Amino acid sequence: MLGEGILKGLAETAKNFAGSFVSAERMITVQYPEERIAPMEAARVFPFLVYDSKHPEDSLDWEAGMRCVACQICEKECPPKCIYIEKSKDKKPDFVGKMQIYPARFDIDISVCMSCQICVEVCPFEAIKMDTQFELATDDRFGALLLDRKELAKSNEYYHHIHPTEAAEVDARLAAEKAKANAKVKAAADAAVAKAATQPAVPAAKPAEGNKQE
Amino acid sequence: MTPSTIDPERLEGWNRPPIIEPDGEGDLLEVAMGPHHPSTHGVFRMDLALDGERVIRLKPVFGYLHRNHEKIAETVSYLATMPYTDRLDYICSLTNNWAYALAVEKLVGQEVPERAEYLRVILGELTRAQNHASSIGFLLQEMGASGTPLMYAFREREKILDLFESLTGSRMMCNYMRFGGCRVDASPVWLDAVRKVVAGLPAFVDEFERFLSGSEIVMARCQGVGILKPELAINAGVTGPMLRASGVNYDIRKVDHYGIYDRFKFRVPLGDHGDIYDRYMVRILEIRESIGILEQALKGIPGGPVMDPKAKIRNFRPKPGEAYGRIEAPKGELGFYLISDGGPNPYRYRVRPPSLINLTVLEDMCLGSNVADVVLIFGSVDIVLGEVDR
Amino acid sequence: MKTVEEIKTAIEAAVPGVGLTIIPNPGPSGQHSLLLAPEHAASVAKFLRDDAEFTLDFLSNVSGVDWPDKEIAEKVKVTRQVTKTVDGEEQSVEETVEEVRKHVQPGFLEVVYHLYSVAKKHGPVTLRMRTINRSDQVELPSLTPIWRSAEFQEREIFDLYGVVFVGHPDLRRLLMWDGFKDHPMRRDYVEPDDYEYEPTPHDSVLLKAKAHQAAVAGRESAQ
Repeated sequence: MLGEGILKGLAETAKNFAGSFVSAERMITVQYPEERIAPMEAARVFPFLVYDSKHPEDSLDWEAGMRCVACQICEKECPPKCIYIEKSKDKKPDFVGKMQIYPARFDIDISVCMSCQICVEVCPFEAIKMDTQFELATDDRFGALLLDRKELAKSNEYYHHIHPTEAAEVDARLAAEKAKANAKVKAAADAAVAKAATQPAVPAAKPAEGNKQE
Repeated sequence: MTPSTIDPERLEGWNRPPIIEPDGEGDLLEVAMGPHHPSTHGVFRMDLALDGERVIRLKPVFGYLHRNHEKIAETVSYLATMPYTDRLDYICSLTNNWAYALAVEKLVGQEVPERAEYLRVILGELTRAQNHASSIGFLLQEMGASGTPLMYAFREREKILDLFESLTGSRMMCNYMRFGGCRVDASPVWLDAVRKVVAGLPAFVDEFERFLSGSEIVMARCQGVGILKPELAINAGVTGPMLRASGVNYDIRKVDHYGIYDRFKFRVPLGDHGDIYDRYMVRILEIRESIGILEQALKGIPGGPVMDPKAKIRNFRPKPGEAYGRIEAPKGELGFYLISDGGPNPYRYRVRPPSLINLTVLEDMCLGSNVADVVLIFGSVDIVLGEVDR
Repeated sequence: MKTVEEIKTAIEAAVPGVGLTIIPNPGPSGQHSLLLAPEHAASVAKFLRDDAEFTLDFLSNVSGVDWPDKEIAEKVKVTRQVTKTVDGEEQSVEETVEEVRKHVQPGFLEVVYHLYSVAKKHGPVTLRMRTINRSDQVELPSLTPIWRSAEFQEREIFDLYGVVFVGHPDLRRLLMWDGFKDHPMRRDYVEPDDYEYEPTPHDSVLLKAKAHQAAVAGRESAQ
């Protein structure tokens, strides 16, 4: 019968229409911005710089605790070249207590950034991670879309908050690295002590321990 | 404008489009359809010559989205090209990643771990399912069924995109595959979520078919329209569902056995007439076959690493040589041709875009039909302008 | 699938006087290619398509490659007679000197065809053709009459590389607009001065920015 196929099709739409009132499976739209879904753990939008802080509630330590050592690998590997880094002239201790250069200037032009995560992949210091914040619209084309290092700095606690699984893995890896570095320092100190014991002289200096909280 | 070196009408023996004679009444109407036309899936123009409603001549005009992707890839490192491949066919970024990774792996002779191969198959087939669903949705949209079929397709696509996002971090620009594996491992939770979505897919395809396949309007508009003969399809390099709808049994998954496709049992759906309805049907059946592959892959996925430990990410410099790698992308054969001179970036990087080459026969299919059918025939080719213009 | 050597022998038997060279591929993919002489390309292509054994009916990919003039510096050991004063006497001594000889390898444009067979399900066979130079002798025969899939791809190569395909039915630019002059995929292509302000230009963008600023300053001082 002509029209049978159309009627069958209409029966399907009717089923869907009625079904959308009872089944959540059939009604999947979300009324943004009134209704919001929490971003997924793996979601990525734009990069941010991680810093370690003893006082995460205020962001006073953002400069001192920044993990970035301005090695410029991300700047080189970035496909659209949206990262701009200037190295510092002086050095400050990093998370294992080694004296390191830090970024005097670290800018990301998020109007150019394409959220590909390659900077995160190539960073050997776990210093740059992806944010999940996506509502970044502004009316200033250049100034407000160029994020400097203060705007980019987010605490490790924030990182834990948005990517809990990944952040835990990163912390474990960093702790292991730090323990290894400390053991090395300690072994060197022990050797110095042993050496000093054979030839009694001035007592060996106690190795400096980085007790910074991870 | 450079004039043609030889007048096409004098050239004998090649598969040129037929010459349609106007019926002699009145003048021809020249219409520039696009670039801002809702049916052109982006910015694409067709220069039509019409005799009444009949199409006498059709010349596609490209380049509105040309970014010179190939040149960009030749100036950045091999790894940095990976996110750019997402932006070729932005509906199926994961198969683009796969094709590029495959070509580079051929170039350097890189092995891929078992688990990564399985993940690639799972993601590739999910991509195929969502691409075919949304392409049918767009086809119906262009037929005048505004909204409903497209929204049903998008509802299903949304579930698959959610899976992509929770694994790769992004819904469309996935940037997931690497030379020698995949970027991150899939958790058991994710695999369970995939199983759940895959279990729901057959019901969706059934519903879609009940809704559309038997509809008299769809049949009247699609059957016998835009016929593509198999000889011409092969000669013009048409690939993918379009080629198979013309009845040519050529699926690169079966021919090349790239990855681990020789382990899965699946059939290659073929069409009989090469018209729009056959293309629609082949896509529906391909979703069903993809579901079968997904079920087998989800059953057989082994443990282990997802990245070859010997694979290099930074300072990747292949030895001089060249390689052509291709896969069966949802739209057809997607190939990457790479020449390395030993440097950190490719000396030559070429994309073989299925969308562009499938459009070679657009004129042949449209000549003699009505303007309204041009929209449908164009929709049944299933293109993405990001890949056509690169 | 046959090896390149076997394909070469088969073609040489079928098309007399054909100039074929095997271009080996040093990489692990093992896709060696055959360099065709342009004047025989059409007959070779027809043979490969129609021969019952090959049936390469599907031309998958056509790509252009640009090989600019290359200056090759070689170190050559040269032995020559030198007159030297040894122990107060003039003697003719043989001396070996290392000399750096430079010669320019002329550049050319290359077109690479990847062929497969739908009927026999084998491939790829890679064919190459080269132009004589990069400036005025850039004609190559078009293979569009044999494989229609070359139609858009050869137009693209004409557009982006500047290879003129003789026998192509509709040789126009494909991606760039008709009035465009240069060929952007060539390796010596100079981008037009289209720099727009960027807050932190660096690397190649910085060079572009400097060139742009210099050009603007030059224009202003000229006025």
